[in-house]
Amino acid sequence: MMNLLLDDLPALQVMLPLLCAPLCFILRIKGLPWLIAFVTSILTFAVSFMLFNQVADGDILSYAMGGWAPPWGIEYRVDRLNSFFMLLISGIGVVALLFARKSVDSEIIACKQSIFYSAFMLCLAGLLGILITGDAFNVFVFLEISALSSYVLISFGQDRRALTATFQYLIMGTIGATMILIGLGFMYMMTGTLNMADLATRLPEVMNTNTIRTAFAFIVIGASIKLALFPLHIWLPNAYSYAPSVVTVFLAATSTKVALYVLLRFVFTVFGAEFAFGEMPLQHILMFMAVLAVLTGSLCAVFQTNIKHVLAYSSIGQIGYMVIGVALLTTTGLAAGILHVFNHAIMKACLFLAIGCVYYRHGSARIEDFKGIGKTMPWTMAAFVIGGLGLIGMPLTVGFISKWYLVIAAMEQGAIGAVTISIILIGSLLAVAYVWRIVEVAYFNEPTKEKAKIKEAPLALLIPTWIMALATIYFGIKTDFSVIAATNAATTLMGAK
Amino acid sequence: MDTIAGLFNYWIVIVLMMIGFYVVIADSNLIKKIIGLNIFQTSVFILYISVAKIDGGAAPILEDGITNYVNPLPHVLILTAIVVGIATTALGLALIVRIKEAYNTIEEDEIHEKDGTL
Repeated sequence: MMNLLLDDLPALQVMLPLLCAPLCFILRIKGLPWLIAFVTSILTFAVSFMLFNQVADGDILSYAMGGWAPPWGIEYRVDRLNSFFMLLISGIGVVALLFARKSVDSEIIACKQSIFYSAFMLCLAGLLGILITGDAFNVFVFLEISALSSYVLISFGQDRRALTATFQYLIMGTIGATMILIGLGFMYMMTGTLNMADLATRLPEVMNTNTIRTAFAFIVIGASIKLALFPLHIWLPNAYSYAPSVVTVFLAATSTKVALYVLLRFVFTVFGAEFAFGEMPLQHILMFMAVLAVLTGSLCAVFQTNIKHVLAYSSIGQIGYMVIGVALLTTTGLAAGILHVFNHAIMKACLFLAIGCVYYRHGSARIEDFKGIGKTMPWTMAAFVIGGLGLIGMPLTVGFISKWYLVIAAMEQGAIGAVTISIILIGSLLAVAYVWRIVEVAYFNEPTKEKAKIKEAPLALLIPTWIMALATIYFGIKTDFSVIAATNAATTLMGAK
Repeated sequence: MDTIAGLFNYWIVIVLMMIGFYVVIADSNLIKKIIGLNIFQTSVFILYISVAKIDGGAAPILEDGITNYVNPLPHVLILTAIVVGIATTALGLALIVRIKEAYNTIEEDEIHEKDGTL
């Protein structure tokens, strides 16, 4: 029995949250949907941990769904790249759900909570599905599962602007996913296969056709919309800002990262770096967009009055750093980009969790709510400062580590590298500006009279916040785990073709 | 002549795709946006189905004397995509109902006016 389960780990990774989604919906007893979701997320995390260890030596785990051998059937394929991403996503899922119980109780009415948790589980299943699958069409299906459920999750926001933000996200997300679908259609037209590994062996023969070039363009643009790469980022700030606190934490730390994975997987594994960067001018486009993303994202963040908006715009800038790493087109650069995916997920989760605590007490997250919060909510604000230092890239936090490796990777590049390093520096200075603004208001302003009575956030919210705050420091000091995993992932990707 | 008549389906796909895309971008009525999105998706469905068609191809059932079969896989894929499209449309329309309740309008510019953005 146990062996049977162990053989089916890749299927369980997606099936567990997928099966629990209807369970959460049916069992509408108070507190039960949360418990089911939480236990499932822990099991999912355990599964991804086991998968991560199984492929740590560089093996590739191929699982034929339903016993249909690839390339005919749908293949689940675990390697060092996607197992690392799955570990991250399911880990964030556990922390977000730990935070969810109190936070959701205060933000979403009781009778809707079961729907909320089942949408949450669907979103988790979708994201993990995108990561684990080795079938190109399956990517589209899971992309839509995660997207549709995240539209539902965002629309739970209390502000009515959550609805318009969701609508905008729905329009842009659907266009992005449909573009990926068009690209897949063109590829299928030329090769007659949808299995990624099979595509990779068959594509070189037809590489010189306009059909494949068009397919490439459609897929890159589709993935970039989902990734919120500048200038396709308009949906992101409002969607993050008006969503319920937990949803912001979860989506900010996972969904754009998974979209980056889709981009990496298609560019490096399916099309191959030689085609993508040799024949198509992807390197210049990505580098240009990423640099603009860092500058405009960080600059916009400085002028926002809603703290959630500040962090959302900073996310756009941070996505720029990840893409810079990819566009450097070396194993070190790619490793730095993947490392930043991991590190940014941790510190953004920490920051949004702290905002969630503030929202729990104040009912909003405008900058004037932060007046004197350093005195009234010292623990929350301390966690926020740790996350903020991470964004700036202070030593002893995760932000420093990924920027350090990014700078090392850039230094190998000569002239482009020098420009990149200066962009990273300017981005970090802008991060100082937008983080300091909040810290200044929090510690050097007196709270208004009615706000002075507000107490520290409850322990149920502080524990997950501090787990992420401590992770921000822990992975900033003890870097072997994340650096080795990211380097391994990058080597797998570069060696794939 | 071949490029126009022979690729008729693909021309239709392009025209539909652009109509849909234009409506999504240009129209401020939210329901029309959803319909535009629908047309945009439908064009992709037609693209897939056109790809599968072979001149003189028979239905993919094993029978004596038939050598050319139409590939059934794109149809199956598109069945999935149609389901996704319906789910998106349903969710979009449900959102519009709630937007109407919250703002009492479904025109994008009026919504922006009420929120004080733009």
